Amino acid sequence: MSTTETEGRIYDVAGQDWDELVKTVSESADERLVVNMGPQHPSTHGVLRLVLTLDGETVTEARTVIGYLHTGIEKNMEYRTWTQGVTFVTRMDYLAPIFNETAYCMGVEKLLGITDRIPDRAQAIRVLTMELTRISSHLVAIATFGMELGATTPMLFGFREREMVLDLMEYITGLRMNMAYVRPGGVSVDLPAGAVDKIGEFLKIMPGRIKEMRKLLDANPVYTRRTKDVAYLDLTGCMALGVTGPMLRAAGLPWDLRKSQPYCGYETYEFEVPTQNTCDVYGRYLVRVAEMEESLKIIEQALDRLSGPLKGGPVMIDDKKIGWPSQLALGPDGLGNSPDHIAHIMGSSMEALIHHFKLVTEGFRVPAGQAYASVESPRGELGAHVVSDGGTRPYRVHFRDPSFTNLQAVPATCEGGMVADVISAVASIDPVMGGVDR
Amino acid sequence: MTTENLPGLPEEPVARRGMFGVKDSGDTSGYNRLVVRRPPKLSSSRPYGSYFDEVADALEPAFADAIERVVVDRGEITFHVRRERLPEVMRHLRDDAALRFELSLGVSGVHYPEETGAELHAVYHLCSITHNRRIRVEVSCPDADPHIPSTVQVYPTHDWHERETYDFFGIVFDGHPALTRIEMPDDWEGHPQRKDYPLGGIPVEYRGAEVPAPDRRRSYS
Repeated sequence: MSTTETEGRIYDVAGQDWDELVKTVSESADERLVVNMGPQHPSTHGVLRLVLTLDGETVTEARTVIGYLHTGIEKNMEYRTWTQGVTFVTRMDYLAPIFNETAYCMGVEKLLGITDRIPDRAQAIRVLTMELTRISSHLVAIATFGMELGATTPMLFGFREREMVLDLMEYITGLRMNMAYVRPGGVSVDLPAGAVDKIGEFLKIMPGRIKEMRKLLDANPVYTRRTKDVAYLDLTGCMALGVTGPMLRAAGLPWDLRKSQPYCGYETYEFEVPTQNTCDVYGRYLVRVAEMEESLKIIEQALDRLSGPLKGGPVMIDDKKIGWPSQLALGPDGLGNSPDHIAHIMGSSMEALIHHFKLVTEGFRVPAGQAYASVESPRGELGAHVVSDGGTRPYRVHFRDPSFTNLQAVPATCEGGMVADVISAVASIDPVMGGVDR
Repeated sequence: MTTENLPGLPEEPVARRGMFGVKDSGDTSGYNRLVVRRPPKLSSSRPYGSYFDEVADALEPAFADAIERVVVDRGEITFHVRRERLPEVMRHLRDDAALRFELSLGVSGVHYPEETGAELHAVYHLCSITHNRRIRVEVSCPDADPHIPSTVQVYPTHDWHERETYDFFGIVFDGHPALTRIEMPDDWEGHPQRKDYPLGGIPVEYRGAEVPAPDRRRSYS
C-alpha cells in the first residue's frame, strides 16, 4: 500500500503482499524509513513511544511521544486532604515511591512551618528507606538495561537483589510498593521489631552481590562495546536540557542535592558523590553502581543511629493537630490500627474520638502560600511545588519529575547514532513513565 | 502549628465556606461552618534576608520596571515579573555573573480564578549551581488573553514544561517551537488542571451504556 502525501510517497506496512511492497519501494530512491517504537515495546520502560526516522541504520530524527500513562494525579490531589495526597504521589515514580512521598511531605511541612520540628528518628527512617529505595531503583535500571542488551543474567541478579529490598520495605511499611509511608509530620509507623536485624543482614549480603554484578558487567567486552561512547551528552547539554541525576554526574558535575542542599539531615552522614566524565552510557552505569555502594554506607550509619541514640524516639511530630492520630500496628495481613488506640478513642475519651474523626475526615488546614521542596531521587531532582489557599486540601501540587525532564534528552542522545543504540540511550536515561506522565 | 513565622490572614474577604470547599464531587460534605479566608496578596520589603538581597541587587537595577513585586515567604523568594519582559529577565538571570541561574526546574501553572486580570500564573523555579541558590519567578496573564512569551530560547528544558502547562491550563507560550498537547490526547477539549474543570468531567461509555462522570453520579449535599 502506498499513498502520495505532501512529504512524498509513503509506504505503509499493513498486511499486504510483501513482494509487491518490496518491488514498489525498490523502485524509488528514497531510503528514509519512519519506525514507530512503542508505546508497547519491551525496551521502552513502559509506555514510551518513539518515532524514529532512519536512514539505513542511522537515526536521523528521534521524536518522543508521552502521555499514555497520564492519570491526573495532580488534579486528583486537589480533591483530597493533604495527608491523603501521599497515597497519590507514591504512585507516580513507582520504582522510587519513598522519594515522591518525601518531596511532597517536605513541601507540606515547609508550608506548615514545621520543618525543624520533625523528629530526628523520623528523619533517619526517611533517609534509611530512601536509600533502600535508591538501591532497588538502580538495580531495576541496571537489570532491565542488561536484559535489553540481551544479557539475562544481570536481569535475574538485579531482580533477585531488588526482591530483598522489597521484602525489607514490606516488613517496615506493610507494602512492597506504593506504601504511603512518609506522612506530613513524620512517618506513619515506627520500625517493627526485628527490622534493624533484617536490614543488618541485608547490609552483609549486598556488597558481595554488587561485586558480582560488577564482575559481570564492568569489563564485559559485549557490554562495554554497547555502552562506551554511546548516547553522549556533555555538561552543556545536560544544563540546557535541565538533566539532573546520574546523567549529570556522568558528565562530570558532582551535583547531588544530598550534598549541596541537604535535607532530612543528610549533612550529618558521610558519603561520596560518585562522578564520571565520560558522558556516555557506561559512565552512567558506573555512577549508578557506585551510588548503590554509597547508599549502603548511609544505610549503615542510619541504622546505627536508629538502634543507638535515636532508639525509642517519636516518629511523628508531637503536634496533635497535624500528626496522624491513629497509632498503626503491623498486623499479619499488613498495616492495621493499633488496638490500644481504638480502645482509647472508642472506649474512654469522647474528645479523642472527635479529634480523630475531624483530623481523618477533614484533615488539617495549611496556611496559604506556596513552597518548593526537592529531593535527590535516583533519577535526579524531584521537586514538589505545593500551593495552599488555606484550606484542608492542596490548592495545586505540581511535581517536577526528573524522568519527565530527562526524557527530553532522547533526541540529543539518539540522533546521528545507530538504531540499536537508541535502546542503550533510553535505558541510560532510566525513565519511569509513571513519573513522566503522572 | 505555630503562626509566628507565617503571614497574618485578614478577616475579609471570605474565599469559600464549607467543610471541604468542594461542591462538585461526590463527597462527604456536611457542616458548612468552616471558612477559608482568601490569602492576602503578599509583598515584601527590604531587607529580604539571606542571599535574597544580593540576587535582588543584581537584578533590580536593569529591570526595576519589569518586577511587579517581590515576596519572601517561608525562606523562599519570588519575583513577580511582567510577562512582556520575561524572556529578558530570564536571560539576565541565566547569564549575569552575579546571578548565574543555569538550571531551570521547569514551569508549573496555577489557576487563581478570583484574581481578576491575572487568573493564570506560570511559576518558574530556578537554581544556581555556581552560587548554590534558588529563586522563583512568577508571571501572570489574564484568562481573556492567556499569552506569555516562551522562554525555550533561554532554557531549552522548558520545551516540554511549557507544553505541559499549555495542556493543563491553556496558557499559550508565544514563540514556543511546537506548542501542542503533551499529556492529554491531541483532540481533547478543555484544560484539565483549571479550577473550572471538574474532576472526572467526562462520561464513560461501557458496552454501549453511558456511565455519568464521577462528579455527577451522586451527591450528599
